[in-house]
Amino acid sequence: MIDTWLAGVRQSVMRIVRRPRVDFALLGALLLLALIGLATQYSASGLDRSQAMAQGVRLALGGTLMALIARIPPSTLRNWTPWAYAGSVVLLVVVALLGEGRGAHRWLDLGFVRFQPSELLKLTMPMMVAWYLNQRALPPDWTSLGVVGVLIAIPAGLIAEQPDLGTALLIVASGLFGVFLAGLSWWRIGLIAGSVAAAAPVAWHFLHEYQRNRVRMLIDPDSDPLGLGWHIIQSKIAVGSGGLWGKGWHNGTQSRLEFLPEHTTDFIFSVFAEEWGLVGVVLLLVLYAFIIGRSLWIAANAKDTYSRLLAGSISMAFFVYVIVNGGMITGALPVVGVPLPLISYGGTSAVSLLAGFGVLMSIHGHRKRVAA
Amino acid sequence: MKFKPLKDTRQEAVLFVRRALVGFAIILCALVALALRFWYLQVDRHQEFQARSDSNRILTRPLAPARGLIYDRNGVLLAENVAAFRLEITPEQVADMEALLADLAATVGVNDDDVARFKALRKGKRSYESLPLRLKLSEEEIARFAVNRWRFTGVDVVPYLTRYYPKGKEFGHLVGYVGRIDAKDMERLDVSRYAGTTHAGKTGIERSYEELLHGEPGYELVEVNADRRPLRVLDRVAPKPGKNIYLTIDVRIQEAGEDAFADRAGASVAIDPRSGEVLAMISVPSFDPNLFVNGIGSADYKALLDSPDKPLLDRALRGAYMPGSTIKPFIATAGLELGVRTPTDTVLSTGEFHIPGQKRGYRDIRAGGHGTVDLQQSIAQSVNTYFYSLALDIGIDGLTDFMGRFGFGRPTGIDLVGEGSGVLPSRSWKRARFNQPWYPGETVIAGIGQGYWVVTPLQLANGLATLAARGIPHQPHLLLAVQDSLGDVPERQPLAPAGTPVIRDPAHWAAVRDGMIAVVHGPTGTARTIGVGFPLTIAGKTGTAERYSRTTEAWEHISQVAIERHQVLFEAFTPAEDARIAVVVALEAGRAGGRDAAPIARTMLDAWLDQPQPDSGTTVGAAP
Repeated sequence: MIDTWLAGVRQSVMRIVRRPRVDFALLGALLLLALIGLATQYSASGLDRSQAMAQGVRLALGGTLMALIARIPPSTLRNWTPWAYAGSVVLLVVVALLGEGRGAHRWLDLGFVRFQPSELLKLTMPMMVAWYLNQRALPPDWTSLGVVGVLIAIPAGLIAEQPDLGTALLIVASGLFGVFLAGLSWWRIGLIAGSVAAAAPVAWHFLHEYQRNRVRMLIDPDSDPLGLGWHIIQSKIAVGSGGLWGKGWHNGTQSRLEFLPEHTTDFIFSVFAEEWGLVGVVLLLVLYAFIIGRSLWIAANAKDTYSRLLAGSISMAFFVYVIVNGGMITGALPVVGVPLPLISYGGTSAVSLLAGFGVLMSIHGHRKRVAA
Repeated sequence: MKFKPLKDTRQEAVLFVRRALVGFAIILCALVALALRFWYLQVDRHQEFQARSDSNRILTRPLAPARGLIYDRNGVLLAENVAAFRLEITPEQVADMEALLADLAATVGVNDDDVARFKALRKGKRSYESLPLRLKLSEEEIARFAVNRWRFTGVDVVPYLTRYYPKGKEFGHLVGYVGRIDAKDMERLDVSRYAGTTHAGKTGIERSYEELLHGEPGYELVEVNADRRPLRVLDRVAPKPGKNIYLTIDVRIQEAGEDAFADRAGASVAIDPRSGEVLAMISVPSFDPNLFVNGIGSADYKALLDSPDKPLLDRALRGAYMPGSTIKPFIATAGLELGVRTPTDTVLSTGEFHIPGQKRGYRDIRAGGHGTVDLQQSIAQSVNTYFYSLALDIGIDGLTDFMGRFGFGRPTGIDLVGEGSGVLPSRSWKRARFNQPWYPGETVIAGIGQGYWVVTPLQLANGLATLAARGIPHQPHLLLAVQDSLGDVPERQPLAPAGTPVIRDPAHWAAVRDGMIAVVHGPTGTARTIGVGFPLTIAGKTGTAERYSRTTEAWEHISQVAIERHQVLFEAFTPAEDARIAVVVALEAGRAGGRDAAPIARTMLDAWLDQPQPDSGTTVGAAP
């Protein structure tokens, strides 16, 4: 039995090597984004080569992972889905019991590598929703919706409890996008949205104090210019002083002089906006729009419901990163720790994002086979 | 809906595409909204954020100009700037200020005065501005700090220029000192010009020529990071150093006089009668101005304040002395000029003078009197009776008026702050002071410089200089020349125009002068000893005023101790014919003017003579 399994693995590896299954348009766009990210990283870190190099290594790791996942047929992914989902939820429970990290239990130390199990959910969550809905008649009825709600709520609750509002938000979004793309009727969407709005004051009650302060700061950042409002004010100054054409690469004084906190991670978009101006921002947003559009196109061309829903959810979740981060650094949304995809410094998010694009590549590369 | 709905994969695909399109449309709308948000910040509000970004990163740092130097007339340095180190604290970077100050006190030796000053300084300052805690650190203090530096976050040793007075207490009063600018100083100083300046002139020349000495500040635009740590200089406008000034003072005369006083309390002023240039201005005892520059300790200050000798009092400028007989040449001049006497008119001195019809007697110095004396003899022997009757004949109003022309009773207007006015006896003065009428007896004693008379040594020297210059008054002053910067030729200050001549008839002047020559060179002169061996003719006059009223018990005691008995004065100018120096010496305790004050004047004249100055003052800035 082990022999046949090993033979299967060997066969898969051979197949991966023989037939590259990538969408070159999407790959090119991602590559361009990664290069922009590295250049911005290099500038924001004060021309620190080692930091750009470290990020480059992470992107390369993520790229390799993407290439590997791209070779896995969607049907295989589909078969693994319940186990992957269950496994990641178990890890979340483990991390809640044993985890470590600054002020939040997010990390799991495996000895050779430390990682956040919540990052796994960014992939396994849409997979699970797609897997479940694939078995149900669509558009989803209340029963499907209820099951999906439970599937989302368990990990999201565990993550929000860590507390990591940003990641919880992304995971909830990726699950809901599956339901939306599955064709949940508009009146049900309206009903849900209405009840969420009604429940908002109750949710406010359950938020952590630091989370409430972030919302308060959004409303009036100048009330605490050196405390919590500092991030928003300095970020807006960075963005606004960039103007139409920007101050030029490595001329952004806000980040270089360390007025801007977290200027290589969550606030790197501010650095980019300061140095490249509105023109650079618009071009970057166009690049993001292209990536999202191309991903949705891949989803639309997938030949089974599981692949479609999975690809669509991943694409739209990618958008959530951009809009939440962009809204944050311009002071339009609260400060939520969501990185700018593939530009912010940090390995976990780069790797999990690229893994997601690996799934997209796989769906794209295997569409004919599935159709046949 | 009891049955399980059938799965229609084709319909699902169509539904998905529709939803994906709707989703992408929403995404595009959201991205456009985000782009508009960027537009709002980067285009609409760009100016505002640009300004805030600049004010974030650019700090204007004032640069204090180097203070101008002060020289004597020959280029001897009286005030300079020397490199020193001070301890500075940036309050922002200190977590626990009290603990830090206590630690610094124990480790470096910061004292309570430093801490008190530092706390006063902190008020109204921003926390990222570093403030001096202790100035002029000793090498040991610097070393102790350096060893423990790691403990003191936010504390730095900063080099700076500090004022130094190489002549020490010799010029404590005259040159004065600079001190830390306090709230009172800020009222008279232009705040914008003193942004980076820590010290300003408090007294003396340092105070009166603050404007010249200070210079113009520069500034630096410094790029700072979020911690306000300066990173690089973007622009720099260098400060313009203050001007160097040359005083009319001749250090040699000053030093000789200072030594001759031998710590006896008193004052001396020497003036060039031709110009009003003050050649020496001495007040004994004095203090070391260097003590004040970096903040005098309270113990030192208390010692100076409490000393019975009042070392902080500038006796030359503000000291109150009864002129006594030194006023007689002026009274004599008044008598001649007002036509009350001729030089040859005589008076019989019997030892006691009476106002006609009054019983009270006014005594002569010599018991039994001097006999029949004319003006010259009366000056030479200081015959009181001559001046009693002369004053009475002139009358108090005429006397007041004429003495006023010599500058008595009001500040001379010298370029120093805080000059005393003295008292010129007059009806109106007495009315204002005591609300009493004037009595003839008061006119009598005013004739010998007693009664209400009060002069400052500077006033007396100024009057004497006017007399020596044949009655032509010159504004006494201390500023000789101003030098824009080192290497430039010092530019001599123009002389103020001479005042209205006090003496119209040269014969009158000659008569008074001859009397004063006789004081020094005559056989019966009261200062015969000091003319001996001096190559030029000296015209002088002694003055010996009683320190205590003869009716008090204090007098009974003090009369036993002759040296403590009198306030003694001496005034002299030389050469008598064409005076180039007029000097006044006042000693607060002595036996007689001729015996104790005159030798000091002679020492100063010797020093003056040491280097012939046919036209004193042309050699500005020449190396000593």
